[in-house]
Amino acid sequence: MAKVTIDGHSIEVADGTTILQAARMIGGDIVPPTMCYYSKLKTSGGYCRTCIVKVTKGSEKDPRPMPKPVASCRTTVMDGMEVVNITSPEVLEARRGVVEFLLINHPLDCPICDQAGECHLQDLGYEHGLAKTRYDFPRRTFNTIDIGPYIKMHMTRCIMCFRCVKTADQITDYRVHGMLNRGDASEISTYIQKAIDNDFSGNIIDVCPVGALTDRTFRFKSRVWFTKPMDAHRNCTKCSGKVALWLKGNDVLRVTGRKDKWGEVEEFICNECRFEKKDVKDWTIEGPRHIDRHSVISANHYESLAKLKLDIGKQQKALSTKK
Amino acid sequence: MQALTNRSKVVSKKEMTFMERMYLPAIFGGMMITFSHFFRRKPTIKYPEQKREFSGIYRGQHVLKRDEKGAERCTACGLCAVACPAEAITMVSAERKPGEENLYREEKYAAKYEINMLRCIFCGDCEEACPKEAIFLTDRQVSVYGQRKSFIYGKDVLVESKDSPIDLAKRQTPSVKEFKLHKEFGHNQTYDKNKKVNAGGHH
Repeated sequence: MAKVTIDGHSIEVADGTTILQAARMIGGDIVPPTMCYYSKLKTSGGYCRTCIVKVTKGSEKDPRPMPKPVASCRTTVMDGMEVVNITSPEVLEARRGVVEFLLINHPLDCPICDQAGECHLQDLGYEHGLAKTRYDFPRRTFNTIDIGPYIKMHMTRCIMCFRCVKTADQITDYRVHGMLNRGDASEISTYIQKAIDNDFSGNIIDVCPVGALTDRTFRFKSRVWFTKPMDAHRNCTKCSGKVALWLKGNDVLRVTGRKDKWGEVEEFICNECRFEKKDVKDWTIEGPRHIDRHSVISANHYESLAKLKLDIGKQQKALSTKK
Repeated sequence: MQALTNRSKVVSKKEMTFMERMYLPAIFGGMMITFSHFFRRKPTIKYPEQKREFSGIYRGQHVLKRDEKGAERCTACGLCAVACPAEAITMVSAERKPGEENLYREEKYAAKYEINMLRCIFCGDCEEACPKEAIFLTDRQVSVYGQRKSFIYGKDVLVESKDSPIDLAKRQTPSVKEFKLHKEFGHNQTYDKNKKVNAGGHH
């Protein structure tokens, strides 16, 4: 066991826990934001540097501070370690720089992008107030590619987090896409636009923190904040069948995995559930899915409205049984 | 009997004097006030022959602007609809096909865009929310119709015609003009593969 203090909050965690995992156990504002780390994917993290924190005391045995900010998703805790995140102006300044770098080639075409409203880069950019750009050069752009019948790729929006590559490696049987070239020229691509047709390939849409990989069946259908997320399930032979349905009226516009408060899916779902079951009759709806009230998705009050409808239904039932 | 409150007033039934009984002085006094109003400045104007001048930023009927090349600016991002407190705006988006570049500025556009003018409260929040400078309120007034359905304005009414663009120069406040001069804020400029974003500087 190791005792670690993050922004003044102490917690005892098992050896081998990373600083990020310890921060998530504490919860609240002190949790560093992540773009590439995904707890369900092994060896993810360490690429984007948004989760950097400062270690002011290495450990009980060696209390020297670490010389530079470290990536909290890849640094394991030591007994007596002291970490600062949001209480350190230095860390916030460094993170601002990281976000600025992430936004150098990102087009910020949020009004068009289907990810807007649930995009981590959007939150990050907003949080750090980066309305300005200091970049003078033309940005790198790519044409959009259809990866198979279900997935659309906008390479221009990609931030090179490797999540989709790791998903394909670990969740599906084989991987047909990967990172090509190096440095500024690197890009995610399939060999000769080979279609990804694995049963679990749709999960790369869910793990993508930006709008680089989007659902072709949902393309431009609706903004996410005009749809109502509902927990639903069905008997599926391939996956757990537990999903979040995004409804508009009684139309199923989109099916995704159920994302937790860190934006990570609870369970990966299969392509049949995700892309082919677009009828509300295919699903057993459990109820409205709770979304943080600060999210723009909660702006359409679907949660209270669904409760109200349920209440009215109950009252009507009670009245009809009285007669 | 004891009064419940001290607000009761004793009514005097005093006999009226001769002058009061004649009534005429009181009538003439009243008429004097009435006639004096004939010579005051009239607050009314003879609409529709005469029209009052509108403020430069009067919030009347909406317009969906086109860009310099005549393509529609709206990308159906939905920010106006989510900002609308009266929930008057609805839209359906569609993807631009190759060859329609002169019709729509960006790869997504509003195939259907409706404002319910009966719901609209003309607050101007849609104009403020718009990231594409597409929707503006103008100094035009909404017409009068006999049927409710006529008040649901579609793209046929809202989009400005190419031949007679609507001048919005008056609405561009000095702070807006100042903002447009700063190139470093041009982060979300139109995404165009062939166009250099924020060109200038080091080459």
